[in-house]
Formats: sequence, C-alpha cells, structure tokens
Amino acid sequence: MLVHSFKHIRHRQIRSTLIRVVIVCFTLLTLLPLLYILAYIIRRGIGAINWSFFVELPKPVGERGGGIANALTGSVLIVALATLMAVPVGLSSALYLSEHSRGKLAGFIRLCIEVLTGIPSIVVGIVAYYWLVRPMNSFSAFSGSVALAIMMLPIMIRSAEETLKRFPVHLREASLALGVPYYKTILKVLLPCSLSGVLSGIMLSIARVIGETAPLLFTAFGNPYLSFNIFHPMHSLPLLIYNYAISPYDSWHQLAWGAAWVLLMWILLLNVLTRIMIRKWSVRY
Amino acid sequence: MERPILEVKHFHAWFGDHEVVKDVNLTLYRNKVIAVMGPSGCGKTTFLRCINRMHELTPGARTEGEILLEGENIYEMSPIVLRLRVGMVFQRPNPFPHLTIYENVLAGYLLNNIPLSRTEKDAIVEDSLRKAALWNEVKDNLKKKGNFLSGGQQQRLCIARAIAMKPDILLLDEPTSALDPISTAGIEELTQELKKNYTLILVTHNMQQAARVSDETAFFYMGELVEFAPTRQIFTAPRDQRTQNYITGRFS
Amino acid sequence: MSEFIMTSSNPTSIDVATGKQPGQQARPYAGRMMNHIAGVDRKDWLFRKTLWIGGLVILCLVLGILLTLVVGSIPSLRATGIRFLWGKTWNPVNEVFGALPFLTGTLLTSFLALFISIPFSLSIAIFLGEYFPPARKRNRFSHLVREAVELIAGIPSVIYGFWGLFVLVPAVRQLEMQWHILPYGVGIFTASLVLAIMIIPYASSLGREIISLVPQDLKEAAYSLGATRWEVIRHVVFPYARSGIFAGLLLSLGRALGETMAVTMVIGNTSELPTSIFSPGNTLASVIANEFTEAANRVYLSALIELGLVLFVVTTCIHLIGKTIVQRFSA
Repeated sequence: MLVHSFKHIRHRQIRSTLIRVVIVCFTLLTLLPLLYILAYIIRRGIGAINWSFFVELPKPVGERGGGIANALTGSVLIVALATLMAVPVGLSSALYLSEHSRGKLAGFIRLCIEVLTGIPSIVVGIVAYYWLVRPMNSFSAFSGSVALAIMMLPIMIRSAEETLKRFPVHLREASLALGVPYYKTILKVLLPCSLSGVLSGIMLSIARVIGETAPLLFTAFGNPYLSFNIFHPMHSLPLLIYNYAISPYDSWHQLAWGAAWVLLMWILLLNVLTRIMIRKWSVRY
Repeated sequence: MERPILEVKHFHAWFGDHEVVKDVNLTLYRNKVIAVMGPSGCGKTTFLRCINRMHELTPGARTEGEILLEGENIYEMSPIVLRLRVGMVFQRPNPFPHLTIYENVLAGYLLNNIPLSRTEKDAIVEDSLRKAALWNEVKDNLKKKGNFLSGGQQQRLCIARAIAMKPDILLLDEPTSALDPISTAGIEELTQELKKNYTLILVTHNMQQAARVSDETAFFYMGELVEFAPTRQIFTAPRDQRTQNYITGRFS
Repeated sequence: MSEFIMTSSNPTSIDVATGKQPGQQARPYAGRMMNHIAGVDRKDWLFRKTLWIGGLVILCLVLGILLTLVVGSIPSLRATGIRFLWGKTWNPVNEVFGALPFLTGTLLTSFLALFISIPFSLSIAIFLGEYFPPARKRNRFSHLVREAVELIAGIPSVIYGFWGLFVLVPAVRQLEMQWHILPYGVGIFTASLVLAIMIIPYASSLGREIISLVPQDLKEAAYSLGATRWEVIRHVVFPYARSGIFAGLLLSLGRALGETMAVTMVIGNTSELPTSIFSPGNTLASVIANEFTEAANRVYLSALIELGLVLFVVTTCIHLIGKTIVQRFSA
C-alpha cells in the first residue's frame, strides 16, 4: 500500500517540476523575439548612422545618402508642442482628482480617463482631423500635436495622481496651521514634494507618443522639406519609418532602419532618465 | 486685572450632526501651560483645533459660540492672521521634507512670501532654534534637509517652526505621544522654558504629563468641559466626581 | 496667589503696523503681511476653479470625441443605414460600403493573436508572480525579465510592423510555399503573429499583479496538505486569480483590436472578406489608415469615420469591462 502511494507522489512531483520547466521555457521564448528585434534594428540601423544622416534631408529616389533632419526636427517640435498643451490640462486634472477622491464629477473624470487610455490611436487621428485639419483646410503640425496631446493625457494624469495622493495629510495640516492659504499649500508644498512623480509621468507619456504614427497620418501628414511652421504639414520619425518601410527602394529602407534605431534610443533614454529621476528626487515621507 | 489671552464663551462644535464639543466656557491668561486632558473621544483635540480654526477645514464641520483672542473674535478675523498668532504643533513630527532645516524654521514666512532680509532670517532661525533647545545640535547642518534628525529633534524643529512666527498662543496636540521617553522628557522640559514667552495649550491623553508640566488643567469628558482649575487642585481635590474617577483611573 | 501672574504691563492695545504689544516681541511681518491677506480668498477661489476646469476639459474631450465620430458618420449612416455592419462589399468606386470584411479581419487577427499569446503571457505571469517574484533582492534575472517585458510594450507599433515586414513576412511566405498555399507572405496570420508579440505585456503584467496578490496563507494551507508546487498553482492560485487573469486577457484583446500600424504593414490591405487565415485582408484600423487621405467624397470619408466609430465603441466597451473586473477584484 505504501509503495503504491510513494510512486503516485513521485509522479505528482515530476509533473510539478516538468511544468515549471515548461513555464520557464515559455518565458525565455517570449524574450527571443524582443532580442531578435532589437539586434536586427541595431545591426541594420547602425550602418546608416553618420553625421549627414542627422543633418541632411531625404534625397529623391535613386540617389544614395540623405538624412532624416526634417523628420527629427519635426518629431521634436510636434512632441514639444503636444507636451506644452497636455501638461497644464493634465496637471490640473490630476490635482483636482487627488483633492476630490470622492465626488460624482471626479468619478466621471476618472471614467473619461479610462476611455482615453483605451482609445485606438487612429481614432484620435480622425478626431483631430475633423477638429483642426478640415476647418484649417490644411494638414498641420499643430493638429498632430493636439492628437498626441490627447494620447499623452491619461498616462500623465494617472502617474501624477498616484504621486499626489501619497502626500500625507499631516504635512498639509502643518502648512495650513502656519497660516499658508490653500492654493499656496498646493503650489509650494504638495507639488514640490511630488515633483519626481509628476515629471516621470510626463516623461513616460512623451516616451509613449514619440513613436506614434497613426495619429499623425492625416494630421501632420509629413513633409519632404525642413519646416518649422506649425501650421503647415510636418514630418516625424515614425511617419518616415512607415513611408520608407513600405516603399520599394533599398536606400529608403536603409534610412528607415537608421530612423528606427534613433527612435528606439530616444525611448530607451527617456525610460532610463525616468528611473534615475525617481530614484534621486523621490521625497520620502 | 490683566486681560485674558483667550476667552471661550458658550462654544459648541459639530461634525455633521454629531456634537463633539458642548457648551465650553473657559478663560485663559498669559504665560501659562494649560493642559487639556480627558479620555479618547472626549473632544479635547477637536476643541484645540477650533482655536486656530483648523476644525472648519473638515467638510461638514460647524461651530457656534465665541472665542476671543485678546478680545478679538477669531471668526471675525482672517483665518490666516489667526494662524499667524496661534501656532500649532502636531502629534506626529512633520517637518517639510523638501525644505532644509533653515527653511523649515522659516517656513511660515517663506511659504507666505513674507519678505525678510538675510539678517532678519538668520536672527529668527537662531532665536527659534535656541528657544526650542535645538540650536546646538543642528547649527552646523542648517542647510541640510531634516531627515537625519531623530523623532524628538524633529518635533523640536516643528516647535521652532511654530514659534518663529512669534505667536501669542502655542497649541500642542499630544506632541509627545509618538516619541520615546527621553525625547518626551526633553519636550516637557521645553514647555517650562517656552511659557516664559508664550502661552501653551497642551492636549494630552497622559494625565501624569498634565500633572508634570501644566499650571492649569482642563478636564474634558464626552464633549463637556467638566472642570478647569489650577493643576495642583485638580489632582488633589477635584470638585467633580467624574474628574475624581478619571484621576483615580476608573476610566482612561 | 498664583505664582504665574504675568509680569508685563497693561496690554490693551496692539500696534497693528508692527503687531507689537508692550512687553512682547515685535513680529517682523505684521505690516508686510497685511498686503497679502486681502487677495487670498479670491486667489484660493480662482485656484480651485482652475483645477475644476482642468477636470472639465477631460470630460468635454471625451464627449467631443464621441460626438465627432457620430456626427462624422451621419452621411454614411444616411446612405447605408444599419446594413453597413454586415455589408460584405467595400467598393468605394461604386460607393458601396460594407464593414463586414474589416470586422472579420479585426476579430480574426485579434482573437488569433490572443490565443497565440496566452501560453506566453500566462507563463510570464506565473514566472514573475509565483516562481520568481522580482521583489526579493537576489532575483536579478526576474528583474531582467520584468524589464524586458515592459520593453516589449515600449517599442512603437511602426517598428514592429517594419520588422514584421522584413522578417516575418518572408518567413511566412516560405511556410506557405511549403504548404502549397498562395505565398502572399502578408495576411491575417502574419498580422496575428505580430499582434501576439505586442500584446503579451498587457495580460502578463496584470496577471502577475493579481497572482502576487494571492494570500500567502491560502497557499500555505495547501502546501501543508502535501500539495506540489504546480498543484498549488492550479488549485489555489488560478481559481483565486481567475477573474484578474481574465481581465488581463480582455485588456490585451482591447489593445489588439485597436492596433493600427503594425497590422497595416503586414496584413496585405485587401478589402475583401478573408477566405482563410492565410489570405490577405484588412482590419477596421488598417483600412482607415490606408484610405483616409484618399477618400475623395463625403460619403466615402464618412464611411471611414463610421468604421472608426465602430472601432471606438468596441474597444472602449471591452476596455471598460476589463477595468471593472480588475476594480472589483482589488476592492
């Protein structure tokens, strides 16, 4: 009788170990495509990187060389403008939500933020087109920035709200008891203590939108020339990658790989900076 | 007859429909330590927070009656002015973590944008830290943030912060309940020094502390001010049976 | 009698300018402060209103988005009506608009991607939540795994599409040639593969969080009864975390439904009802991306916007259902 049950136990143990091995294998397998993609982009992209890559404009079909200067500056401008638009709205909503954790309006706002989190990027593009491109009768960097700002808001607000909520009540009371009015307490005590969380939310949302293509397809649209006019079409890195990737020209593919590499490095840099900032600037209560 | 520093007349306080402070009448004079004691939930902290109008910051809070600070009705003055004249020290030491020690002492001025010259600032910082018996321990580290300080030192920093505003009254809400016995003793000693320049109202749940440090004691029970008398009298010959029961430990 | 009689003289007046009382120290601010106090109540009010406006902007934004999609769809709604949803033909030239090819494409790619990704995201969730939680210091490798999974979510869609176009498509083409299928290379299957990789992080991170929330004492009770590691996972962790894992899968599905660029680049862009998983097709998102700028007339554009409305409604519902389940779980 005892022998029988020991064998049964061994089977169960073997099965448990086997499944653990399977799970570890699957986990490692998941990392393979990631490593492959990164290695592939680095290998293909590094070849394209040189000084002229950054400062020249794309050359017409057939000519070798060229660069991504217009896409690079375009990306910077569009994202900078989007950040400028999103931060005031995002910060004040996050402050409102952290100050009114209960309340019907706050509940509705939270629901809206959930909706914004899940909205497909192409739909945001459609809306920005309808609001700005149609009335202005032209594609523009401005409309692209509006679309990106809409996508930045939920990430920014969620991260900021979480940090602001952690601010302890007794610190707020200490400030109020010193005769500091409410708005100064928020601006000079709450915000400085929450700075790392708020800034990291902003940086994470930037990292998210610099790679977005769909919202820009029919808003910023793209521009073969270097342009700083936000009311005209403007190019951006993801748009360049998309257009060149689906083109049949090898030289353009090469440029696109280089651009993809630059984009990835940017995103990586932002994420690393965010980590460092959180570690160094976090205020512990 | 000297003018009282604080007069409370028929004062009530509510949280919503729940009356937590019932018909309190009290007159306090300068340069004393007044202890406010009583069992948990008796309304002593609520009453304290009414004196600098922190009570009304809670939604649903309501008060009735008069509190006069040196003859002025506190509900007729700006709460900001009131809080500059009535300082508060809390149960948990709460120095601002994003400010240096120097800035923490001056926080009331800095956060309110009250302009001070450099010499004025230095003078206030040194004076307040000396009065709070913290100067010697931090004078070389004024530009550092205060997170290396012990609990007792942090609480003294908060006291320095409060007295930097040169208040008339200093409210202390169980200031030693979060501290170890040695720091507690230090703060208790400090109160005897502070009363030379300020009037202290100290809420405590520890009646031995009330007996040790205060000149006069108010005993609260279930929202009512049961008895108010010089400390020696309250602890040796209380007039009310409830006070007697509390002191002898029938309830705590 | 009392030894505490105040020593200062009669304090009946306060000098407002200096806040000084005879016998008291001068307050170095009283005069200067008076200037600030007057405006404080108004500034407080203004500040609170600004915060409130910020919140209101969000509300108006979402309502505006919904309204825009509906208003933009009206011309198409008037032209085709509700038959739009099951219309099999999408022929802009003849102005015949039917959404079925795209609905099919979207649902096929998303569900296929979900099924392909399940073993991987579940494995990662169990790996990080149960076997090697990154919380403990010595688990450097699991830190790496978690960072790597987050990195997967951080790579932009267009780069996935780019890579898919140059690596997956030839590979699938080879596969199709071996199986004697028309070697497009692009198609529903390829798009599902790319999508599967992209949506792994969403289910896995939510699953990991839920699994790590399973109370330790429940697991210990099972261990003390002689259960093996796997049996504890199967009979204690899974039932407890079931709804959370389901919500994670829903969130993954929501992402897959709305994904645009990677899909557009590898799906083949054919606006016909797909006949097999290897045929090229289109999703709601990819057809909008491809044809929006070429839509010459009102009804065409409006039909595309209507597709956007359908996409918006479907993804939002799934996303909100997933979130509600998560909230109920953590409550």
